[in-house]
Amino acid sequence: MVVFAGKWHAAANAASISAVAIVASMALFGVFLTLSGANPFGVFESIYRGAFGSWFAWQNTLQLAAPLMLTALCTALPARLGMIVIGGEGALIMGGIAAVAAALALPHAPASSVIAAMMLAGMVAGGIWVGLAGALRAYRGVNETISSLLLNYIAIALMNHLVTGPMRDPEMVNRPSSWHIGDANMIRSIPGMDVHWGLVFGLVACVAAFVLMYSTVFGFAARMVGGNVRAARTAGLPVPMLTITACIIGGAAAGLAGMVEVAAVHGRVSSSLVVGYGYTGILVAFIARQNPLAIVPTAALLGGINASSGLIQRTHDLPDATVLVMQGIIFLMILVSEPLFGRFALFQREPV
Amino acid sequence: MDNVIPLGWWGVPLAVLSGAIRAGTPFIFVSLGECLTEKSGRINLGLEGTLVMGAMSAYGISYLTGSPWLGVLVAGASGMVLGALHAWACSRPQVNDIAVGIALMVFGTGLAFYLGKPFVQPQAPGLPAIDFGWWSNHSQVRAALQVNALFFVGLVLAPLMRWALYNTRWGLAVRAAGDSADAAQSLGYRVDRIRLISTVIGGFLAGIGGAFLSLYFPGSWNEGLSSGQGLMAVALVIFARWDPILCFLASLLFGGASAIGPALQSVGITSGYYLFNAAPYVLTLLLMVATSSRRRLMKGTPGELGVGK
Amino acid sequence: MTYRYKSSRRSFIRAATAGAAGVLAYNWGVLNANAANEVIVGALYVGPKTDYGWNQAHAEGVATLKKAGIKVVEEERVPETIQVAKSMESMIKLDKVNLIFATSFGYWDQMLKTAEKFPNVQFLHAAPTVWKEGMPKNAGSYNGYIDEAQYISGIVAGHASKTGKLGFVGAKPYPASLRNINSFTLGARAVNPKATTQVIFTGDWVLPVKEAEAVNSLADQGIDVVTCHVDSPKVVVETAEKRGIFSCGYHMNQSVLAPKGYLTGAEWNWEKVYADYVQWLREGKQWPHLVRGGLKERIVRNSPYGNAVSEKARKQADAVRNKFITGDFVIYKGPIKDNTGKTVIAAGESHGQTDVGLESMNWLVDGVIGSTSG
Repeated sequence: MVVFAGKWHAAANAASISAVAIVASMALFGVFLTLSGANPFGVFESIYRGAFGSWFAWQNTLQLAAPLMLTALCTALPARLGMIVIGGEGALIMGGIAAVAAALALPHAPASSVIAAMMLAGMVAGGIWVGLAGALRAYRGVNETISSLLLNYIAIALMNHLVTGPMRDPEMVNRPSSWHIGDANMIRSIPGMDVHWGLVFGLVACVAAFVLMYSTVFGFAARMVGGNVRAARTAGLPVPMLTITACIIGGAAAGLAGMVEVAAVHGRVSSSLVVGYGYTGILVAFIARQNPLAIVPTAALLGGINASSGLIQRTHDLPDATVLVMQGIIFLMILVSEPLFGRFALFQREPV
Repeated sequence: MDNVIPLGWWGVPLAVLSGAIRAGTPFIFVSLGECLTEKSGRINLGLEGTLVMGAMSAYGISYLTGSPWLGVLVAGASGMVLGALHAWACSRPQVNDIAVGIALMVFGTGLAFYLGKPFVQPQAPGLPAIDFGWWSNHSQVRAALQVNALFFVGLVLAPLMRWALYNTRWGLAVRAAGDSADAAQSLGYRVDRIRLISTVIGGFLAGIGGAFLSLYFPGSWNEGLSSGQGLMAVALVIFARWDPILCFLASLLFGGASAIGPALQSVGITSGYYLFNAAPYVLTLLLMVATSSRRRLMKGTPGELGVGK
Repeated sequence: MTYRYKSSRRSFIRAATAGAAGVLAYNWGVLNANAANEVIVGALYVGPKTDYGWNQAHAEGVATLKKAGIKVVEEERVPETIQVAKSMESMIKLDKVNLIFATSFGYWDQMLKTAEKFPNVQFLHAAPTVWKEGMPKNAGSYNGYIDEAQYISGIVAGHASKTGKLGFVGAKPYPASLRNINSFTLGARAVNPKATTQVIFTGDWVLPVKEAEAVNSLADQGIDVVTCHVDSPKVVVETAEKRGIFSCGYHMNQSVLAPKGYLTGAEWNWEKVYADYVQWLREGKQWPHLVRGGLKERIVRNSPYGNAVSEKARKQADAVRNKFITGDFVIYKGPIKDNTGKTVIAAGESHGQTDVGLESMNWLVDGVIGSTSG
């Protein structure tokens, strides 16, 4: 095992390996494009143009990255303890439902209170949802990947039931949706930008998660559990509590993403909430190697790829699935480059 | 059109039965494939991507060559390739098989949609069915008893797999690799190779499951074809405690459950529709909770899997 | 022993700065070309363009514009989230689009927001949404009374059905679907007053497995003609053909998929609407914020009759179609009861197609087996 005397070097090492993996996946993707008759350089240029080539493109990218930052935490935080949770989608949906319920429960309160209530409700709902998977793992040994997957489907079914039944807004005849939270309670754009405040929520959440994981006792204990469960138990760490807490916090982040989608974009809960932000968040978490700070640029990368999808379609007459293929390749390359961590001589030490 | 006597309430069990067979067959194949893979100690979540890729390639090949059975074979082959990719990626040190599975799910689905665009419109020759209802006067009964040959392949495959797992040396090797890699290695088995073969066979079966969807029921290729059947199969395998025969029965159960909704509506029951949809997932979750335990592994869990532990 | 790093912090910062500078330089170098004053169309679809259904009908309408030499950019599978607004903006900024067709119901809110930002671009929404005073002037909606074509389908179905039982596979019980179901049933009942339509809702717009199951259950109940209102009728029509029952298509012509059983279909004729919009834009004319029409305005049409359609059926259907075209025919003329026995349209009352009240229909006509809830 290679030891990096400086945290800085470890981070640079990780970043450069990830960068190399991404470059390699782009090369592979370029081969794929050539084989299927497209012009790889043209496509890369379009990706760049659509994602980072102008202020408009950047805003588009950041906007799409915002929910990903939050849902990625849902996978990244429990992953630090060695769990693989894929329940971001379900937590997002539950968060959205709870946010609308909170807004409806406070019809006359001032907007700031309603927004605060919605945030709280979204986080609590998401936290409970994923926390349930964590509890099942901690106390019953139920595999958290499968349970969080099942909870995703259950959340979708619950949402459908609610918006066609108890929470249905009869005015929305053409599309089953819940009641609107009220225009005054919507989250606006950051002044001077065309991006809503959800971006800030995402940034703050990632920084907070990073601080939590690396500068607090909780974080230290959690990472110990992730390193070696048995040793952690022997050391007397409360493993079940740590497990559940990590899941609750991760779920709260995804639930907040749901609240943001409702409060900043749609104003209501409907099937428009189920667009795969949870699943893409899993990708972001893994590409960022479960590091909350790295999630920010990774979410921007994936947000950028998605942002450029439209331009790729239009300019090159390629199907929208093109970006799916690219994401899959990047994800795979990052995963298989895992063992390379620590091999690059550039970041090793040499005796003086 | 001959005797069409409305069945009324009898329509429901008939629909559930034929739906169980029709909608359950893809589950049979994917779950048997996943069962084998998991028995050898790996979870392959990428089977969703393999299923979709299999569906697309089967449809495409059938359209281009006119032979649906060739399409089935190619679907299996594409599944083998994706399975091999999964096995290779997972065999590298420190790589997590669940993450690789998700990556392959994204990749497989994306690739299938990408290559499958030209095949959404055209009609490809589908797989034929064997008529088991020739004795009936009711055209509905006859239609319900039209069973595809692949169902019978699955019917035979399940007990065959079970027998092979517990009565052959190869089966022993697979189970050893799945229960304890160290023990298997000390017995002289090459664990990685066993897992590679199991995952490849698993991918083959999942690809065939996809072919069934696009070439028989619903018998069409489009991007909404799979509603998570591949992922559900993973849950299904756990539900069935890694027993191939229980996998077969559970597949029929899940298949029947998806047919119940429309069938009930056709006799007038319409409310709570979405909650019905959640039933299989809730059932699986409850079952997992009931049978898992913190201390002991769920009975039948392959030890290396990390599930139920 | 002390250690020294093979790389130093300084060298890393240098590398990073060089990289960033390179990126900035590239950005400065990208210039936008200015396009001439022409109509450039942007179309957004919620699903794939080749779905043999809703999206393809729009794509084919747009394709006629392409053939006429107009520049068109299209994006498919645009989800109904903020991405719609971003895609539209991207089309406007990067492709200089000035006429946008947003072809999915869920695009309305984002479309309005984007319309406010770009007053020189025209935004059209393909849905029964209603433009009101106060909304951006450069937005509007267009829709067709396809239920007129479904009425005709109903007549043909009524003649073709031997059991008098018809089936309808719907996605969700929303007004446009209910209107289709009702028109279809009323058309069939004009031929056979005892005809019934069994409805099954699958729950969502694209669920091929459930759609196939639904057709099978309907066929099991003795139904011998089905039609549908889902995004892609391909599965419904093909499954009907496999079960040996008749089918009436929807959105566009699916007769190729069911050579024996396809009777006719209710189709959109978006070519006309799109050509009109381009024309209005070119002439700088003020265009209506609400474009509606049926068979008369040639916004909808029926597929050519299949082989199984009898002479008698054709005559009656054609006669009714002519009445639509001359504007003499009203489908929703009282007394009409719904399937719970309530009178929803009183005797003497008559609701023409343009009656906005019809656009929030929430009942099923007598003769329909099924419910509007769930």
